[in-house]
Amino acid sequence: MIAELGHLSVIIAFMVAIVQSVIPMIGASKGYVGWMDAARPAAIIQFLAIFFAFIMLTVSFITSDFSVKLVASNSHSLKPMLYKVSGVWGNHEGSMLLWILILAFYGALVAVFGNRLPIILKARVLSVQAMIGVAFIAFLLFTSNPFERLSFPPFDGKDLNPLLQDPGLAFHPPFLYFGYVGLSMTFSFAIAALIQGSVDAAWARWVRPWALLAWITLTIGIALGSWWAYYELGWGGWWFWDPVENASFMPWLIAVALLHSAIVVEKREALKSWTVLLAILGFSFSLIGTFIVRSGVITSVHAFANDPERGVFILLILIIAIGGGLTLYAFRASSLRSGAIFSPVSREGGLILNNLLLVVSTIVVFVGTIWPLVAELVLGRKLSVGAPFFEIAFTPFMVILAISLPLGAILPWKRAQIKRAGSPLIGALSLSLALGLLIWSLQTGGRILAPIGLALSAWVILGTLTDLIVRCRMLENGFFAGIRRLIKLTRADWGKAFAHIGLGLTIFGISAITAWETEDIRVAKIGETFEMSGYTFIFDDVTKVNGKNYSSDMGTISAYEGKKLVAKLKPEKRFYPVQRMPTTEAGINSTFKRDLYVALGDFQNDGWTIRTYVKPFAVWIWIGCLVMAFGGLMSMTDRRLRFASTNKIRRKI
Amino acid sequence: MFRVAFFIIFICSTAWAVEPDEVLSNVEYEARARAISKDLRCLVCRNENIDSSNAGIAKDLRILVRERIQKGDSNDQVIDFIIDRYGEYVLLNPKISFENLILWLSGPFFLIIGGIIGWRYTRQKNKESPKSLNEKEKKRLDEILND
Repeated sequence: MIAELGHLSVIIAFMVAIVQSVIPMIGASKGYVGWMDAARPAAIIQFLAIFFAFIMLTVSFITSDFSVKLVASNSHSLKPMLYKVSGVWGNHEGSMLLWILILAFYGALVAVFGNRLPIILKARVLSVQAMIGVAFIAFLLFTSNPFERLSFPPFDGKDLNPLLQDPGLAFHPPFLYFGYVGLSMTFSFAIAALIQGSVDAAWARWVRPWALLAWITLTIGIALGSWWAYYELGWGGWWFWDPVENASFMPWLIAVALLHSAIVVEKREALKSWTVLLAILGFSFSLIGTFIVRSGVITSVHAFANDPERGVFILLILIIAIGGGLTLYAFRASSLRSGAIFSPVSREGGLILNNLLLVVSTIVVFVGTIWPLVAELVLGRKLSVGAPFFEIAFTPFMVILAISLPLGAILPWKRAQIKRAGSPLIGALSLSLALGLLIWSLQTGGRILAPIGLALSAWVILGTLTDLIVRCRMLENGFFAGIRRLIKLTRADWGKAFAHIGLGLTIFGISAITAWETEDIRVAKIGETFEMSGYTFIFDDVTKVNGKNYSSDMGTISAYEGKKLVAKLKPEKRFYPVQRMPTTEAGINSTFKRDLYVALGDFQNDGWTIRTYVKPFAVWIWIGCLVMAFGGLMSMTDRRLRFASTNKIRRKI
Repeated sequence: MFRVAFFIIFICSTAWAVEPDEVLSNVEYEARARAISKDLRCLVCRNENIDSSNAGIAKDLRILVRERIQKGDSNDQVIDFIIDRYGEYVLLNPKISFENLILWLSGPFFLIIGGIIGWRYTRQKNKESPKSLNEKEKKRLDEILND
């Protein structure tokens, strides 16, 4: 009964979405207020219906109703409650339902809080949003019904893939989807703007919170995924340039570009059509990402749920959305004239460079990701494109981006003189160069990457701080007057500072871990002692531990710094009997200075294989991501941007 | 399909990678072998290099790389030796060839094109100045922006 209610509810949502995609759109072009107003209740009902269906599916998982096919193949009665719930989206059908839920949620947010929007714009936005909804709900109903029943329910379920039974990965998909789908909102705004043929500062201001929300959640989602790979896959890699990772990274890069170009539209009424194009591209890459992950066209480590028939359906959605969006753009973009003039050396110029670098690096990732597929289809050659390629081809653009960031951020609008505007940065520049040189001279035969990366991160962080000091005129007005001004800075300014500092921190973590990581591989007997990078490790023992749905060999390794015990590391080798699958859980001790990372391998002859790493400053990679996301959050709560604002100035345009 | 996916995950991602008995005593040789291994792909896994893969074939390749190094091959010779036997599919970083040029040149190409467009955009004099806002529109815009 529960599952049927859910199924019925999805069908109702499908009907509502069809109405919502047609009626308000016609109303907007004919000027029928009543038709336009229909968008609001429709969006809310659509969301409630999908939400109800999602709850029904969750109930089926929680109660382990194995007569539902999806539950039987992805759950198990012994599974911990957290993973029963996360199992809802740990599979193809459920994750598509989550996708649609979030899509409808965004629509409902606009319906409820978008009172400031002109009624015509709002009607069109919600209508476009509903069109996307129709496409994906149809996909769910016709190819991926999560509520399908089994005629002969099994006694117990097949369990969720053990790799997914992990707190990091339990919350990774929802965040990622919030990001992916959040870009549908900016897409809908872009399409609505193209239909009405005008973009202005107010439009940019309405779009920005959605772009920010999408970007924040994408940032957190990607960081969670990378953190999971770090401790789960057993050797401490944190980014693999896997197609599925690239699928989430491309929309992220475009979202960053979009955030920055929207600022130019808002402040200077320039780059209008470019910003609209970015909004279309951002969601296009989300769809491409969904296609890559869901179709299995480029199979990868992450490919848990593949099905070619479904791939074709998504491909169709993708072609209609991207093709339609770009065609509309081609016809209407010329109506989006920009007025402002500015010199190349100006804040606008800096932001254009930022956009250029981000888009070009996205193209590099895109070409690298699909090249093996194209080469096989077109040239008949089987080749691979992996991490070594991306490291060489992608990194230079990020280096230029980091070099230009502090300067671009400090330049005034319209017209600037590099010498005058950049002079406050000389301190930051010399300090970072000195730091780079110092590290270069200290390290013996290490990689050149460390000095460059660390100088870059110092430059980004110090440059951002300099910008704050300049903005509050601390040098002219004295420290306390400066602090007072600092406190008064808008949240958007603070957001900018935090986001840029976060980037600097992430660059720092990446450079340090890549350049200075040390590794030790050995077969160790119980009681054996070994040393590396100033730490002494003692292999104490291995014990059998039983979890709720797995058994585990848990090692204990004591790490000493000099005579002082700094950590008891507990790496595990788990075995999940239902899926007959082993997993590794690394033993990690994190401080701001370094991670001690131990993974336990097989028992051989008379000892255990043990891999030990000392990873300097590893946590800063993820701290940087959190700081970036926090910056986005600050910016989003800026008074001017709040989308939940009152309808004081609601008016028909 | 599920079975295949799980199989791949099963043999590949509980990464055991380089095992202690494979490590060469010659430190320089071992470092070279590690570097080469990071550019070669495990043939049965997805997007994993042989250095971090647990699959049998990856182990065989690791041992092969080390054998060739000990026989005095240069890094390029080792890689060519393996390409001869397994095809260019093993390379994680494709060789620069005519067909692969697009892979390497798309970034610089779009950077230059985009750079030129961006530069010209900022240089354009406001030839056809757009219709500026009338008083009412300006007031309305200020209202919105100053809210």
